[in-house]
Amino acid sequence: MNTIAIDTDHSEPRDFLCLKEEHPHNGTLLGFWLYLMSDCFIFAALFACIAVFGTSYAGGPSARDVFDLPGLAVNTALLLISSVTFGFAMLEMARERKRAMLAWLAVSGVLAACFVGLEIHEFVTMIADGAGPGRSAFLSSFFTLVGTHGLHVTVGVLWLIVLMVQLGKHGLTEANRRRLMCLSMFWHFLDLVWVGVFSYVYLVGVLR
Amino acid sequence: MPDRPAIWNFLLGRLSLSSLPLDNMLVVWTFVVVALGGAVVLGAVTYFRKWNYLWTEWFTSVDHKKLGVMYMVLGTVMLFRGFADAMLMRGQQAIAFGSNMGYLPPHHYDQIFTAHGAIMIFFVAMAYIVGLMNFVVPLQIGARDVAFPFLNNFSFWLTASGVVLFMVSLFIGDFSHAGWLGMPPVSELQQSPGPGVDYYIWGLQLSGLGTLLTGINFVATILKMRAPGMTLMKMPMFTWTSLCTSGLIVVTFPILTATLLLLSLDRYIGTHFFTTGFGGNVMMYVNLIWVWGHPEVYILILPMFGIYSEIVPTFSGKRLFGYSSMVYATASIMLLSYLVWLHHFFTMGSGADVNSFFALTTMMISIPTGVKIFNWLFTMYRGRVHFTVPMLWTMGFLFTFTIGGMTGVMLAVAPADFLLHNSLFLIAHFHNVIIGGVVFGAFAGVNYWFPKAFGFRLDEFWGKLSFWFWQIGFWVAFGPLYVLGLMGVTRRLSHFTDPSLQIWFIIAAFGAFLILLGILSFVVQIYVSIRRRDELAVGNDPWGARTLEWSTSSPPPPYNFAFIPRVYDRDAWTDMKKHGYQRPLQGFNDIHMPRNTAAGMLLAALGTIFGFAMVWYIWWLAIVSFVALIASAIAHTFNYNRDTHISAQDVAQFEQHTGNWEPKAKGATA
Repeated sequence: MNTIAIDTDHSEPRDFLCLKEEHPHNGTLLGFWLYLMSDCFIFAALFACIAVFGTSYAGGPSARDVFDLPGLAVNTALLLISSVTFGFAMLEMARERKRAMLAWLAVSGVLAACFVGLEIHEFVTMIADGAGPGRSAFLSSFFTLVGTHGLHVTVGVLWLIVLMVQLGKHGLTEANRRRLMCLSMFWHFLDLVWVGVFSYVYLVGVLR
Repeated sequence: MPDRPAIWNFLLGRLSLSSLPLDNMLVVWTFVVVALGGAVVLGAVTYFRKWNYLWTEWFTSVDHKKLGVMYMVLGTVMLFRGFADAMLMRGQQAIAFGSNMGYLPPHHYDQIFTAHGAIMIFFVAMAYIVGLMNFVVPLQIGARDVAFPFLNNFSFWLTASGVVLFMVSLFIGDFSHAGWLGMPPVSELQQSPGPGVDYYIWGLQLSGLGTLLTGINFVATILKMRAPGMTLMKMPMFTWTSLCTSGLIVVTFPILTATLLLLSLDRYIGTHFFTTGFGGNVMMYVNLIWVWGHPEVYILILPMFGIYSEIVPTFSGKRLFGYSSMVYATASIMLLSYLVWLHHFFTMGSGADVNSFFALTTMMISIPTGVKIFNWLFTMYRGRVHFTVPMLWTMGFLFTFTIGGMTGVMLAVAPADFLLHNSLFLIAHFHNVIIGGVVFGAFAGVNYWFPKAFGFRLDEFWGKLSFWFWQIGFWVAFGPLYVLGLMGVTRRLSHFTDPSLQIWFIIAAFGAFLILLGILSFVVQIYVSIRRRDELAVGNDPWGARTLEWSTSSPPPPYNFAFIPRVYDRDAWTDMKKHGYQRPLQGFNDIHMPRNTAAGMLLAALGTIFGFAMVWYIWWLAIVSFVALIASAIAHTFNYNRDTHISAQDVAQFEQHTGNWEPKAKGATA
């Protein structure tokens, strides 16, 4: 068998083939990171709406009228703490302690679910007060941006539940570790977006 | 909602018998022809017992090569549809003068130009570039498949979902009449209460998601799966341009998704983003859609630049001139494309300073593009140029695209744009670059890589005929539009009063007829080539090409390469040939491959149903299909068994029977 090329007109022979099967690099984490960056652009478009429509109250309630900052402090704390607890879960994963990891994941999920619950409460209250998404361009932008973030968190919680079932069933396999890494990135990404939402929509909103 | 018992409104939403356009004989006859054609195809598949073959070998396949071919077929079918719209418009404008109102009432004409634009961009041009990227990129980088084979299959079926919704709109209800970008306030509920804009929105949301996933997939594939030794600056040019295009897709398609989402919120739940009251602002839509829309045209043209960069060196028998400058030109076009969107609406009152900025960035794009043109010319200079069909398309492109680029620079001059904006001059310009750049590139690519995909060349005579009909037809069809545009004729008109303009429209219609002959020649070319496939059969490297895809069999085996190649030089295959590389016939390993799956098709089908239900306000169906979609996606994640093996014996069998590389294939011209 001759797999090393016979040299005809060049001096050094070259090995043109990988004769052993190499395990291909797995692109999942890079791919997921790319997805997150693309999601960033969806949020960018929605933030642009807030930037443009931030004071388009159309005679309706202004940001100062509708935002409840103390309530939001609780909400923000819930989400940020859930990011920390998710970090603990990842540490437990690294130590191969499945039960502790599942427990921290459950805590993160409950905190995020509470966040979504409080957000729904905020939305319902606002709509009941006549400050629904159809009232003005400002409120349209507000509901769409915050709602899109909330929808992402909801998907995150659903994903977390599914993944916990899969972790319980198959354990810390390579595939499950990879999935958990992706969910972890998703979780922290949503936290980061929320920092933007809280600062730019709520804090800047009541200031202007 | 139609006036009928409430139960019907619950079951069918706003869909009723009167939604069928039975009063429009043109549509009825189109339906009859499409239905008969569809019945013949389905009947033939059943008669020849090909359903199982189609299902197992194609529909559920995660093989990038088969998905590439399916994209090309989809794109070609939609080319027929989009071109039929074009012929209708050219015919209408050629006769609708004075008292003659033509055969298309304005309401119908508006839907046709909207459908023509949207279909040609999203389902012809995009399908062609994604199809060629799918087929070629993994082969060029020495990989076995893309990074995410399942997502790749899912992307294809999402694109097909968009096609289904667009085609259904022809026969159930109507289509958007708000132009290919669906500009508000025309696309808002008040002025477009019907289902047309909703078909447009959901068709684009589904196919747009598919494109986004493709973009992510190819960035990951190109960055992670290159053969050992292939550094970034040793990648073939087509791979480079595919990387840049995929990067642009990742950063722009989400903006399209967001923009269409905002428009649909306006239409479905009464928000006020782009309405004229309650603080809404139409210009917000115009800005957002062009922030996606301008990079989109570079998404289309960059891979075509890559194709020309493969074809020119191959048929000039030389290395590509100025490879690094080509890479930097591509990358700078990619970046600049994000900074020019406002040139689409210089007339909308942004002021002189803003307009100047965008005029300058727009003109700057012509610099890297000019670099590319000169690189191709210098590659040909003192080369031994073979005038094959792919090379003819390339030379036609150089000539046509350069002129299109120059009229583009004219439009980039903001004060001149105040006269040319929205005129037929603009129409002539963008057809000049899209037909001369993208369509010519797609045909060049098809003629170039067809022997790799199927093991036989395409017929030369009909290929050349197709080229000349397109090339001449293009100028006869769009030359008059430049003239009319300079005279001030605006776009999207279905009737004219000034009889002195008519002769130009008649010439343009004749040009469209020549292009029709070009398309028919292409169909005949495919047909004749399949009939003569034994005569046209070629070896693995019929053109004496330079990149890795030509080092494997034609058609390539499912695993692409029995051994992953090692790369030492930019033109990896030329390098291997120079060193007297011989393909091994034994010593094979088992090969790990992804397993076929029907999940992508199922998810996309549920997505199509969801889209249809949303268009017609059939809320129960929308909820059911959405829940089913989520449930199926979750169920799919419980399937951990996604891989399979091709045994070393099977590999050996394939390699020993078809693996021999023939230095000069019979019947090849190159």
